[in-house]
Amino acid sequence: MSSTHKLPISRPAIGVVGKTGYWRLKRPEVNYVKCIKCGICWLYCPDSSINILGDPSKYVEVDYNYCKGCGICSNVCPVKAITMTEE
Amino acid sequence: MVIKVLTGNYTVAEAVRLSNVDLITAYPITPQTTIVERLSELVEGGLIKARLVRVESEFSALAAAYGAASCGARAFTATSSHGLLFMHEMLWWVAGSRVPMVLAVVTRALGPPWNIWNEHTDFMGQRDCGWLMAFAENNQEILDTIIQLYRITEDEAVYLPGILGLDGFLLSHASEPVDIPDEDVLKDFIKPRSQPYNMCSDDVLTMGNLPMAEEAMMMRYDIHKSIEAAKNVINEVDEEYRKLTGRSYGGLAECYRCNDSKYLIIAMGGWVGTMKDVCDELRDEGYDVGVLKIRFFRPFPHEDLVRAISGVKGILVFDRSASLGSLGHIHAEVLARAYMLSNKVIVKGVITGLGGVDVGPKEVREIFMRFVKDVDEDGQIDNISEWVLGGG
Repeated sequence: MSSTHKLPISRPAIGVVGKTGYWRLKRPEVNYVKCIKCGICWLYCPDSSINILGDPSKYVEVDYNYCKGCGICSNVCPVKAITMTEE
Repeated sequence: MVIKVLTGNYTVAEAVRLSNVDLITAYPITPQTTIVERLSELVEGGLIKARLVRVESEFSALAAAYGAASCGARAFTATSSHGLLFMHEMLWWVAGSRVPMVLAVVTRALGPPWNIWNEHTDFMGQRDCGWLMAFAENNQEILDTIIQLYRITEDEAVYLPGILGLDGFLLSHASEPVDIPDEDVLKDFIKPRSQPYNMCSDDVLTMGNLPMAEEAMMMRYDIHKSIEAAKNVINEVDEEYRKLTGRSYGGLAECYRCNDSKYLIIAMGGWVGTMKDVCDELRDEGYDVGVLKIRFFRPFPHEDLVRAISGVKGILVFDRSASLGSLGHIHAEVLARAYMLSNKVIVKGVITGLGGVDVGPKEVREIFMRFVKDVDEDGQIDNISEWVLGGG
């Protein structure tokens, strides 16, 4: 579906300050053994820095180029499969 | 084709059945309740393949329909009066998001004092939200306009939601014969769902992010242009519908015996039928009078109005709503255009029928005769906007 209208929608894009990963103090690390592939971390990430790969052994992947280390993914994970570790 | 005797509300439900609606949200309020009651029966009986969601308020009724519509469902809900006011914020969200859907508004007065009878103030309160706004004169037009509205709102030139107004009790609870088209007749007319974007697709997007000021204004301007663009779509869809069913309504406005008329009555809704009858009587008595029925209030039929009033000496506008401290809503629109066209035509507004005050042929005739006397004998009118109260 496409439209010539001026719509109030936006799509994920690279921000004007470039790669913001270096802002991070703690990095989220996913334990793929614990991960139940629910996608809640992907849904909550405020910077669209978690991608769903769909691979059974690696369902999601954190994009460390942009992840600012806010820790929301770790907080919302229902099985505590994401831990925040010091950089 | 089958002719059924249906109330206005049951006619709404029939139109929803014929429009291949996917999702209906239901919250009752007088006089709208029998619409969602009937829809609930039709869904339960398998006559509509739609999901019916019972919600906890009118705000939720529109919010849930909006959510489903933004994810690709053809959605419908209905309300009245205070329910519509409670929905008001959501109306802006639906239009601003450019999500097509249809809402039936069974018009009813607003309290206090508590009142369930008819007037158009609730409908007019949604004037600036960016919805297309149609109003039906009779039950047949209710059916045909809802079916048409799904086509119009989902047209890519428009992509906006639409309201159909119908007079509480006068139509909602009045039974009339209604010609129901066969599904075969409409099979090419009813198109697959169309919308500008889908929130539940693989196309990852956000709706409603903070824009720059200029972008925000551009979006509002785009809605304005799209409502203007809807004029052509409304006329084309009405014409296409005529070819299939033999019925059309003049698109945005209907001119009834108004060619070469010296006097023009302008109104919207069920009482236009009464005015047409009075017009016939007056024509028989030698008065050159016609009736311009406003079928779409948004977009407003400015072009039809300009055509209809050229050469007219006096215009009498009936409003079933008032902007308190100013004029009737239709009167204000007509005055603005009439002034731009000519400073000679007299445009009088009459505000009546509020709170359910009965306006029949006798009242219409009396108001008209008084107007004609003022214009013909005095060449002017004393009161440009007159409130005609009931019970006199």
